[in-house]
Amino acid sequence: MDVLFLSRLQFALTVMFHYLFPPLSIGLGLILVILEGRYLRTRDPSYERAARFWTKIFAVNFAVGVATGLVMEFEFGTNWATYSRYVGDVFGSALASEGIFAFFLESGFLAVLVFGWDRVKPRTHFLSTVMVFLGSTFSAVWIVVANSWMHTPAGYHIVGEGLRARAEITDFWAMVFNPSSMHRLGHVLLGSFLQGAFFVLSISAYYLLKRRHLEVARKSLNVALAVATLSSLAMLVSGHEQARALAHNQPAKLAAFEGHFETGDGGTGLYLFGLPNPQTKQVEYGVQVPKLLSVLVYGDPDRPVPGLDKIPADEQPPIGIPFQTYHVMISIGMYLIGLSLLSVFFALRKRIEQTTWLLKLLVVSVVAPIIANQAGWVATEVGRQPWIVQGLLKTSDALSKTVQAEQVLASILLFGFVYVGLFAVWVFVLHSKIQHGPAADGDGGGDAGFLEVAGERVAREPDTSLTSAPSVRMPSATSMEEEAK
Amino acid sequence: MTDLQVFWFVALGLLLTGYAILDGFDLGVGTLHLFAKSEFARGSDEHGERRVLLNSIGPLWDGNEVWLVTFGGALFAAFPRAYATALSGFYLPFMLLLVTLIGRAVAIEFRSKRPERWWRAYWDFSFSAASSLETFIAGVAVGNAIRGIPIDAEGEYAGTLTTLINPYAIAVGAFAVVTSAMHGSVYLALKTEGDLRRRVTGWMWTSFGLFLVGYIGVTMLTLVSVPRALDNFERWPAAWVLVALNVLAIANIPRAIHLGRAGYAFVSSSATIASLVFLFGMAMFPNLLHSTPVPEHSLSIHNASSSEKTLRLMRVVAFIGVPLILTYTTTVYWIFRGKTRLDDSSY
Repeated sequence: MDVLFLSRLQFALTVMFHYLFPPLSIGLGLILVILEGRYLRTRDPSYERAARFWTKIFAVNFAVGVATGLVMEFEFGTNWATYSRYVGDVFGSALASEGIFAFFLESGFLAVLVFGWDRVKPRTHFLSTVMVFLGSTFSAVWIVVANSWMHTPAGYHIVGEGLRARAEITDFWAMVFNPSSMHRLGHVLLGSFLQGAFFVLSISAYYLLKRRHLEVARKSLNVALAVATLSSLAMLVSGHEQARALAHNQPAKLAAFEGHFETGDGGTGLYLFGLPNPQTKQVEYGVQVPKLLSVLVYGDPDRPVPGLDKIPADEQPPIGIPFQTYHVMISIGMYLIGLSLLSVFFALRKRIEQTTWLLKLLVVSVVAPIIANQAGWVATEVGRQPWIVQGLLKTSDALSKTVQAEQVLASILLFGFVYVGLFAVWVFVLHSKIQHGPAADGDGGGDAGFLEVAGERVAREPDTSLTSAPSVRMPSATSMEEEAK
Repeated sequence: MTDLQVFWFVALGLLLTGYAILDGFDLGVGTLHLFAKSEFARGSDEHGERRVLLNSIGPLWDGNEVWLVTFGGALFAAFPRAYATALSGFYLPFMLLLVTLIGRAVAIEFRSKRPERWWRAYWDFSFSAASSLETFIAGVAVGNAIRGIPIDAEGEYAGTLTTLINPYAIAVGAFAVVTSAMHGSVYLALKTEGDLRRRVTGWMWTSFGLFLVGYIGVTMLTLVSVPRALDNFERWPAAWVLVALNVLAIANIPRAIHLGRAGYAFVSSSATIASLVFLFGMAMFPNLLHSTPVPEHSLSIHNASSSEKTLRLMRVVAFIGVPLILTYTTTVYWIFRGKTRLDDSSY
């Protein structure tokens, strides 16, 4: 196995593992903002208990996201040193801006979000929640800008030749608002909202099925359902914009997504599914809607979309992986729209809690947006190959020259081992959090009982307890009320 | 152009200083973690001391680590050639460093999530081992940067893994561990009370003793084996003032401990760390990576930097961002001031 293959494998493994967590942080962050905002407006304590419960899950998720994200930041230098020298001027600026504008905001206010419930006033706490959500969104902004520049470079010029060539910024705003950055950002954020919303829907539906923590589950379900429905519908617009822009910016990638080998004369069809065969240049077992791709891209059923035959052979992306992952993403997107609308229908008729099959479907559908988010990234990144920066630098030229295959293999094994363990522990902790539920008795230590928590509250210094009225409320009293309902 | 390059050298130095002071104490608390009583030890109350240690850094460690992340991003943006050479050259040590960063983060997050004894013992060990190892590797990297590494004409690292494992670098690594342990114990003096606070005083004295041995040892080793580290002092004799301040700050630590003034001791140990980072910068400037044995191949602020436009642009970003960062950091430290108390949102 060569360094190129191993380095790509390592990057794919570490970035896909990392990307399990940030979308959930962004999506869950939005839901936390809404729940806490509702609490401030209505003063209904079940909103506060819901927000506190999701905060605990948010914190576990955030920590793993930060830890795995650190790996990504340094991996550019360790495995892709030539790439780093080539694009440092441009890509490094976006990454540094992410640190300065997003990470400090996020991690600073996270402390107040997680540990500050009884230390600051509810309004200050709400402000911190908003800041954490903004921080995670800014982080998405900068990293998507950096990544989009790799797909549609703009605002730069090339200095030097051969191995010493490198890109330098000529126009910062042209770099930031490169042709694909803004609609890709919208797409990434909507994908994150969906992942967060279906995560909350899944756990809330589980509680409704088990008839536990009913008030918290109802409030959470309603908020998450609204986010899921709006985001999945907005995703239709966003996805459509993406495809239209792609036809203009990266025709090779669109052709790979659609298994479109020959340009042909008339309008281009759209495959619902199939198995593209690069040897025969045919899509086998495929079902195609004639002319639909031309309609979607150009609004003209007879104008052909350029196929792979228009792309030089050494600049063509692989077909199999982009085609399948792209179609998985689209299918899941359609499924999520259907599921959201169906749930809204039952929720409006006040029958969702009795509709067991729908609740069960919501419980398992938590994996759908996760798969769609991963599949979308695989499609877009593999679809850019053989380029690492479209049209400028090939992936095979971007490696670290001093790193040997054995070293990369050793680090893959190291990360593989650590990540498998990490994932198991994350699932285990998440499971016990869900089983424990939002009952407000102190689960900070997992074993702290009602009396200890009450005792600590009494013992708390005056200056730390001039906080909110709700925090004085006896923790278990409300959960008993809830059980009684 | 040179002004901008110097600006970014200084800015990286400040980011590193922020990181060393802030993450320095929480790494040190990690190193000391196993010396604190667990809740399963004989005569311990139901929480044990280790939860107090964890929660003393609980809301802060994450933000402290962001200084390292931003240092990495700023190095990438301002001096991409140095970023690329250092990270690809120190490949396996950096991978190990990343694993310790992950191990630490998840140990802090997961330890208190289950009550079982084996669970907590496992994460206690992971937290402490990862904290010490991370500090050690960071110290080894600094040691190698001061000592110099082989770099070829293309600016690529030309050594092997074993080149990086040398007595000088290991000594700096060990010094980093005892320095952060000392700094962490002083921080704990601010955050603890009662019986634990009395034992922390013992930790402060022991770790200060080890720090002093390390300080004298590393200073002598540097003078003997890397005399080049003093070159900049000939250019700017005024820098000796900072050496004097460094010595005064160090001398002030035992005085403050003796007087029982933990806040004063913490300011002194922070000043000590800041002046150590300054000495590191003096040993490096204007280079980011010294090349040995061919000094001409060194990566300096002149031959490794980004374009003038990018450096200027990033300076604007820094001028907007830094006041914001200082505001959040101060606010959060203010909210979580005072002795550590466990409540139902604690780890």
